Amino acid sequence: MEPFTYSRASQTRDAIAAAANASTAQQGAEVRFVAGGTTLIDLMKLNVERPQQVVDINHLPLSEVETLADGRLKIGALVRNSDLAHHSVVQRDYAVLSEALLAGASTQLRNMASTGGNLLQRTRCNYFRDADMPCNKREPGSGCSAIKGANRNLAILGTSDHCIATNPSDMNVALSALEAVIVVQGTQGERQVPIDAFFLLPGTTPEHETVLQPGDLITHVLLPAPVKGSRSHYLKLRDRASYEFALASAAVVFATEAGKISHVRIALGGVGTKPWRSPEAEKALQGHSPTPENFAAAAAVALRDAQPQSENAFKVDLAQRCLTQALATAANV
Amino acid sequence: MSEKKSGADAPLTRALSDSATLSRRNFLQMVGVTGAATGLGLPKAGPAAAPLGAAAQNANDADPGKLSLKLKVNGSNQTLRVDPRTTLLDALRDHLQLTGSKKGCDHGQCGACTVHVNGRRVNACLSLAAMHEGDEITTIEGLGKPGSLHPMQQAFLEHDGYQCGYCTSGQIMSATALLKEPCGSANADVKEAMSGNICRCGAYSNIVAAIQQVRKA
Repeated sequence: MEPFTYSRASQTRDAIAAAANASTAQQGAEVRFVAGGTTLIDLMKLNVERPQQVVDINHLPLSEVETLADGRLKIGALVRNSDLAHHSVVQRDYAVLSEALLAGASTQLRNMASTGGNLLQRTRCNYFRDADMPCNKREPGSGCSAIKGANRNLAILGTSDHCIATNPSDMNVALSALEAVIVVQGTQGERQVPIDAFFLLPGTTPEHETVLQPGDLITHVLLPAPVKGSRSHYLKLRDRASYEFALASAAVVFATEAGKISHVRIALGGVGTKPWRSPEAEKALQGHSPTPENFAAAAAVALRDAQPQSENAFKVDLAQRCLTQALATAANV
Repeated sequence: MSEKKSGADAPLTRALSDSATLSRRNFLQMVGVTGAATGLGLPKAGPAAAPLGAAAQNANDADPGKLSLKLKVNGSNQTLRVDPRTTLLDALRDHLQLTGSKKGCDHGQCGACTVHVNGRRVNACLSLAAMHEGDEITTIEGLGKPGSLHPMQQAFLEHDGYQCGYCTSGQIMSATALLKEPCGSANADVKEAMSGNICRCGAYSNIVAAIQQVRKA
């Protein structure tokens, strides 16, 4: 691990001021915030992350979960994944989020990992983690080892000639279906970014994964008030039953009125270069009957633009079945 | 053991031959300490310490780059000076000689390093020691002692919940934390809750049996 200075921020503005000195908040950032450390320390040991300064933000007052007067849920960036998963309001009103969190990692890691850190866990593949291999995300312009390499677990949606890594988070998939808003404080004050706009497609710059700029600190995540009568569900399919990344996953939020689908939100995991919201599949279901046939048709729409790699064509079918089943479970049909 | 008496090996060899009660563990601890000292002997010139608000941590003229740190480990207050790169696991093993917590993968994948921080289980390998100022750490050494084992340690003995033993301290630290966590009663629930602890010998069914015995007691 490269040497770095460690400092502990007692105020948000101090953390922001320290990070604002960096040239980027993306790959190659000279200043990194640390909360749980489960991604950052791992990548620092591999020399994939080489910050000169690590700013410990664990003492900032960002560990509360609060229901706002207008019904929204305000989640502090330092709320640990296990605490959020077991929070009574989350379990009651946002079951998809609790299920997604508990499907991710292990209890030890969930006890450490924070809400903000999970949002920022790197979109990655094994070549990104191996500093001896070419990787456009780690070393822009060096090439993508995965496109002609081991790509069974990698993305089929949102890929480019430069990068096919998947966003591995389960939480992010649920937050996408819940239409979460990311609250960011930076040198210019506070701004709110819808989660779908927060993550970037790799395009020609896979080293840029989010809209964050130097000095930006995620302080909260806002969830809209729960949709009346809605049910939600997260289904994750993987090579082993626990402690494994998704091959495909689906987060759905679903409500009916008079036998027709009145509200549906769909996001996929394990298949996209970012948490993959599918407005096309939602549109295919809106106003229609909640039948297995309609769910399967919508799932086909969600995967219509899939571009499989040499080893992962199976994901196209697997993701459709995953989404069809998740919708059926949420609809109880 | 080496007969070599020259160079850097000589003091260690003498120390070992003087020890009438040398165990494999003592030997490994001595080698570990020597190795750590060698590794830290020539600190690279790191970036200058950067004060941040009221909390400049690693500004120290006498020992640039190192951090002062207070931990409460197994009930005892400990003061350390560590390189900022030191993980909680390395602080426990190399600075406090608490080698019960094991280094397996060193990347949060195997669970051998599991300890309790303020009562919750974490992977000590993925946490910087500096992040734990003032925290209460419990390791396997603080759980029980020969003659007064924690019920979970006793249950692992009774059910043969190990083969080689390398993952065992992490398994037991996870298992004791599990007792206070939301977890269903079925074996499948225990397996899910224990999935962050890998046992390459495959003692899983005995581990589950040991945990269920304590949960039902």
